[in-house]
Amino acid sequence: MVDVTHGAAGPLSAAEVEDVELYHPKSWITKYVFSQDAKIIAIQYSTVALSIGLVALVLSWLMRLQLGFPGTFSFIDPERYYQFITMHGMIMVIYLLTALFLGGFGNYLIPLMLGARDMVFPYVNMLSFWIYLLAVLVLVAGFFLPGGPTGAGWTLYPPQSILANTPGQQRGIVVMLVSLILFIIGFTMGGLNYVVTVLQGRTRGMTLMRMPLTVWGIFTATVMALLAFPALFVGAVMMLLDRLIGTSFFMPAIVAMGEQLAYKGGSPILFQHLFWFFGHPEVYIVALPAFGIVSDLISTHARKNIFGYRMMVWALVAIGALSFVVWAHHMYVSGMHPAFGFFFATTTLIIAIPTAIKVYNWVLTLWRGDIHFTVPMLFALGFIVTFVNGGLTGLFLGNVVVDVPLSDTMFVVAHFHMVMGVAPILVVFGAIYHWYPKVTGRMLDDTLGKLHFWVTFLGAYLIFFPMHYIGLMGVPRRYHEIGGMAFVPSSVVTLNEFITIVALVVGAAQLAFLFNLVWSVRHGRPAGGNPWRATTLEWQTPQTPPAHGNWGKTLPVVYRWAYDYSVPGAAEDFLPQNQPPLPRAA
Amino acid sequence: MNEAAPSTLNAKVGHAPGWRGIVADWSSDQRAFKNVSWGKAMMWIFLLSDTFIFGSFLISYMTVRMSTTVPWPNPSEVFALEIAGHHLPLILIAIMTFVLISSSGTMAMAVNFGYRRERRTTAVLMLVTALLGATFVGMQAFEWSKLIGEGVRPWGNPWGAEQFGSSFFMITGFHGTHVTIGVIVLIIIARKVWRGDFDDGRRGFFTSRKGRYEIVEITGLYWHFVDLVWVFIFALFYLW
Repeated sequence: MVDVTHGAAGPLSAAEVEDVELYHPKSWITKYVFSQDAKIIAIQYSTVALSIGLVALVLSWLMRLQLGFPGTFSFIDPERYYQFITMHGMIMVIYLLTALFLGGFGNYLIPLMLGARDMVFPYVNMLSFWIYLLAVLVLVAGFFLPGGPTGAGWTLYPPQSILANTPGQQRGIVVMLVSLILFIIGFTMGGLNYVVTVLQGRTRGMTLMRMPLTVWGIFTATVMALLAFPALFVGAVMMLLDRLIGTSFFMPAIVAMGEQLAYKGGSPILFQHLFWFFGHPEVYIVALPAFGIVSDLISTHARKNIFGYRMMVWALVAIGALSFVVWAHHMYVSGMHPAFGFFFATTTLIIAIPTAIKVYNWVLTLWRGDIHFTVPMLFALGFIVTFVNGGLTGLFLGNVVVDVPLSDTMFVVAHFHMVMGVAPILVVFGAIYHWYPKVTGRMLDDTLGKLHFWVTFLGAYLIFFPMHYIGLMGVPRRYHEIGGMAFVPSSVVTLNEFITIVALVVGAAQLAFLFNLVWSVRHGRPAGGNPWRATTLEWQTPQTPPAHGNWGKTLPVVYRWAYDYSVPGAAEDFLPQNQPPLPRAA
Repeated sequence: MNEAAPSTLNAKVGHAPGWRGIVADWSSDQRAFKNVSWGKAMMWIFLLSDTFIFGSFLISYMTVRMSTTVPWPNPSEVFALEIAGHHLPLILIAIMTFVLISSSGTMAMAVNFGYRRERRTTAVLMLVTALLGATFVGMQAFEWSKLIGEGVRPWGNPWGAEQFGSSFFMITGFHGTHVTIGVIVLIIIARKVWRGDFDDGRRGFFTSRKGRYEIVEITGLYWHFVDLVWVFIFALFYLW
């Protein structure tokens, strides 16, 4: 199992990767602010993403307060409620999860895990972050403009998103679309870097099939994002034109408030297609990095090689490819030829196959492993359970006939929060607990971490399990208030109160996490270079935190895959990827 | 599995047959594309992404063209010119297309001379390319102003579906922006070539990296892409 290159371990020629002309910062500003170092950019990305995510968290509190105790908080009127919903969804999906997984973890881990000194084009990488920051600022500006942010729902469906009387129609929708366009431009700059670094910038010995699954996940997701975001870009440009100069791409002839508007002949369904051609891959843009990271967490903390590495890679690629041909399953109730419904239901269900392969492989990795219940491991295990859960309700919604009655109910809300809200965010937490020691040189506090995990994990179930039930009762989503409907039993009201209280508690637990993040920078236990005794290259850097250029004078040479844990006959229970093969016993 | 695979360290790569061989080659050591530099790889991937943008624009245009209930204006007539008493359909577009395709030719020559290190010739050819590109944009501006003078607006036109004007201005505008950016980049790179930046290793103003003659080829990739996209716009918008 161990010996990879015995006999070939003679003197190795110099690494053939293009010699990076690293930009050497000369001042504090170019080192820490306008930094071209992927590690600093990663921290900048993560900080901005987590900060804006905190805004979205507060918005979810406000929504829950309204749903749990309707009428109590008079400042949450229907307009505000819609604005909260829209901004919460958009921020969480794009400005938090996408930016954090790709801009944050991607920037930090890709060069380190591949033995590169930096991304291939650090200057473009820096621009990527600053444009992302600009996009976030433009988005936030919506809160302060007259009329407030848009309240069109995070899917921004026309015609209602740009009609008068939709909250934020004056300025909010404009800044939202501009912000999305900026985000896509910024992301493209970063994304090209990630892809080219993975394809062309690896160190010697690092074949694609020796890359840690984290890199595979981020890589596949980035490729998908580069192909999916264009559709959103085009949709945003066209809607901006509809809103600002009165074209009719998405706007049919329409009578609003008793007046015939100037629009005519556009196709609202076209926007839905463009949006979901982006929107469905987006689910996997968030999920695939999570898949990859979880694979590495499980393998490391169970001290066991990943089960079926090759299949894990192919499953990632297959999921990525399939996710481009399923988008219309979000549109079953938009009106569609039955044959298309059949097609999209079939492709949707086929995705269950590679996904199931991954879940089985995670479980088989754990099987008879030496499981350490560290905080990252707890989050990884929590992810598997939650993802299976959310995935199973996805089977309900992927079938046309089952989806039709469930569409636009709280069941859908519960489903997508489980599968692409809670599940990836658990991985985000697990990954932060796992890699924080490398970033700062100190461990996060363990007790706070375990508290954070249990409150978040159990709390998520207490929030979203009852929500499935509420949805099955037919309670619609996106309603400001559900009073006065005969089919809504009083148990739903009680459950809503319960969910709200749990949501407040779970939200507060995140504040403990943020405290932990800040406090441990100075007061955490010193971690050393490789606290988890992990094999991947980022743990083998000469300094912790890794210095500018990552590797000192010479790049590491990779001799083995990333999962040599508990190898029989080895001195340690892990063999780093850059450890040369053991001499063969004569 | 992985650890049993023949190492590529200082060793010949075994040539497995069929798909396995393709995968093995592609995933082998350090680089997926062996002789491709970082910059060129990045441009190709960017162009792939940009293809999806133009593809989405064109598919959206075709969708609104099909979904609108009003007849679509006849592009051959809309884009006709009266020249010396002759009524010539699509004549301006034909000339524009000719100019842009020719600029691809001068660009290809510039790449060739760049690799021969004939920097003056290269710079001149790049400037000719930029000039042809600017001519294209100029003719597009003429076409826009002519149509605007005839009453075509993004929100309406005298002949039929208002999506005609919206799609026209959006798609040609987006493509024209691409050409304009290309012209600017061509001029910047031509200046660098002329000055000999790539011979004496002068560092870039922003990136502080040394440039290489390959940037001429990379710019060329972008330029050919913009031309290729125009062919599709020509076919799908003007000829259909």
